[in-house]
Amino acid sequence: MLKISQLHKSYPIGDSSLHVLKGIDLEVESGEMVAIMGSSGSGKSTLLNIIGMLDEADSGDYILDGVPIKNLTEKKAAIYRNKFLGFIFQSFNLINYKNALENVALPLYYQGLKRRERQEKGKFHLKKVGLLDWAHHLPSELSGGQKQRVAIARALAADPKLLLADEPTGALDTTTSYEIMEFLQQLNDEGKTILIVTHEEDIAEMCKRVVRLRDGVIMEDKKVNQVRASQYV
Amino acid sequence: MFDLDLWREIFQSINKNRLRTILSGFTVVFAIMLFTILFGITNGLKNTFTEAFADDANNSIFINSGRTTKAHKGLQAGRRIQFENKDFNYIKDENGNKVEFITARIYKNVSATFRNEQNNYSVRAVHPDHQYLERTIMDEGRYINQRDLQEKTKVVVIGRLVEEDLFLRTKALGKYINLSGIQYKIVGVFSDDGNDNEERLIYMPVTTAQQVYGNNEYIDQINLTYNPEMNFDQAITFSNSIEKKLKERFSIAPLDQSAIRVRNMAEAKKNVNQMMTVLGVIVFIIGMGTLIAGIVGISNIMIFIVKERTKEIGIRKALGASPKSIVSIILIESVLITAIAGYIGLLIGTGILKLAGPGLEEYFITNPSVSTPLVVFATITLVLAGALAGYLPAKKASRIKPIVALRNE
Repeated sequence: MLKISQLHKSYPIGDSSLHVLKGIDLEVESGEMVAIMGSSGSGKSTLLNIIGMLDEADSGDYILDGVPIKNLTEKKAAIYRNKFLGFIFQSFNLINYKNALENVALPLYYQGLKRRERQEKGKFHLKKVGLLDWAHHLPSELSGGQKQRVAIARALAADPKLLLADEPTGALDTTTSYEIMEFLQQLNDEGKTILIVTHEEDIAEMCKRVVRLRDGVIMEDKKVNQVRASQYV
Repeated sequence: MFDLDLWREIFQSINKNRLRTILSGFTVVFAIMLFTILFGITNGLKNTFTEAFADDANNSIFINSGRTTKAHKGLQAGRRIQFENKDFNYIKDENGNKVEFITARIYKNVSATFRNEQNNYSVRAVHPDHQYLERTIMDEGRYINQRDLQEKTKVVVIGRLVEEDLFLRTKALGKYINLSGIQYKIVGVFSDDGNDNEERLIYMPVTTAQQVYGNNEYIDQINLTYNPEMNFDQAITFSNSIEKKLKERFSIAPLDQSAIRVRNMAEAKKNVNQMMTVLGVIVFIIGMGTLIAGIVGISNIMIFIVKERTKEIGIRKALGASPKSIVSIILIESVLITAIAGYIGLLIGTGILKLAGPGLEEYFITNPSVSTPLVVFATITLVLAGALAGYLPAKKASRIKPIVALRNE
């Protein structure tokens, strides 16, 4: 599904540069639910951004679903992002002047679907996250948990192969966090591959595999017994 | 290709971000409005001058006589100079083809009656050439002709308003009008581009007037037009030479300002032309300044808009928007807003000119208006400037990595 080898990334800081990723090797199979852990500055978000083609690696190989991701033109990257990836952000990143349904349908617009189809698919996914009744509300009229569920519906809308979540519960309280995790587990049960960046142990334990990063290298990579979020909800 | 979905996106963006839309539109509305008003007022000034000179021939020279103010060749000051037919013939014969048209004028005031209607009018007794000098337009009948002069016929040509005043709704042509006790046949009715007073005049042959009013050969004024092939300077030299010759003929001191007065329209025309050119240049500079200010304004706003939308651009890119779609959405929005705002500015500008126009006539501004191509040019300039000003930052924004755009809080 996803294969990364010897991935390096550094950011220029003034005259010197900060070496963030120092040779990452990672392989993720289809249907996995992986937590990428690490303290701030460990490079976990950078890794996720490179996987998400939001950022580019300096060197190393990255193969996603058999397609080598290298030297992409902006246009090609846009097509791949749209086809392969669904993003869930800590700060939701909904477009504030579009209502829930329009936000969910936006990736479908970039897929070139007809308006009617977009509306139908968007509603289907909103129903899936339990927010069909809120379809015509603006993000500002929704709670944090609701916003994140709209964002998840949006990430699912294009039917991506891989879901990438960057601190999806970072801006939410514990109960809401577990609700979101329960939903992500449910999606994983249905076969979606999910990558979650987090620094919270309890969130990591709800995944099936935990990869720990420190100072740009993988310290630990182990399978864990998944804690079902439903027991807390 | 018409992409309905793209337009839907754009209209949503415009509609949901009203403040932004209004701010960027306002700059353009204001620039185009000022531009329109400014050019309108200048055109109004131009119209005033053109109208003032449209009345009479542009190459006219007026010769008047008065009293001498200086003693000369043993003659005392205060002597009255009176032109006669022989002076008219002298100027005519002396100058040959330098003179295009020439006429004498005698002024009289008469009380005119037709049936029960009575009113006072000015009579000008003239030569046939007067028609071309004054640019008299014959509505009906004919003007004074050479036969009238020779036979001293009692005929008159009356102004359109004289006919209106005295003949009410009937035709004046061919009827007889009583001018201070003498019957004249009306052989023509005329109109004039000058003011209403010009259309309340009565023309009669100069010889008839001389016979009826005093049986002399007196003339009040001599008007002529110089050969239009002369340029301004030649024309001024020509009128100076006429003045000099007449002063010698009447034994007037060369520096006497009031005995013979020669007024050359070429001089005034030259001054006005120069003034209009300078005015045109000034307005052009100010107009371009307004336009440049508008361009700078819309550019600033476009840069601000792109900055404000950086995060949205990041989100769209993360969801699979191509750089092209990002650029086109921002660009079309800016072009649409500037075009519509430009049109609104034009409407407001012309509206103000229409409303304020009639009240401005006392400030020498007549019928202020702008030509449509000029304003369309100004609007297109602003639209292009807005498009360019939007394109560069939009292009840049479409290229930044989505992660950088998303980090933008």
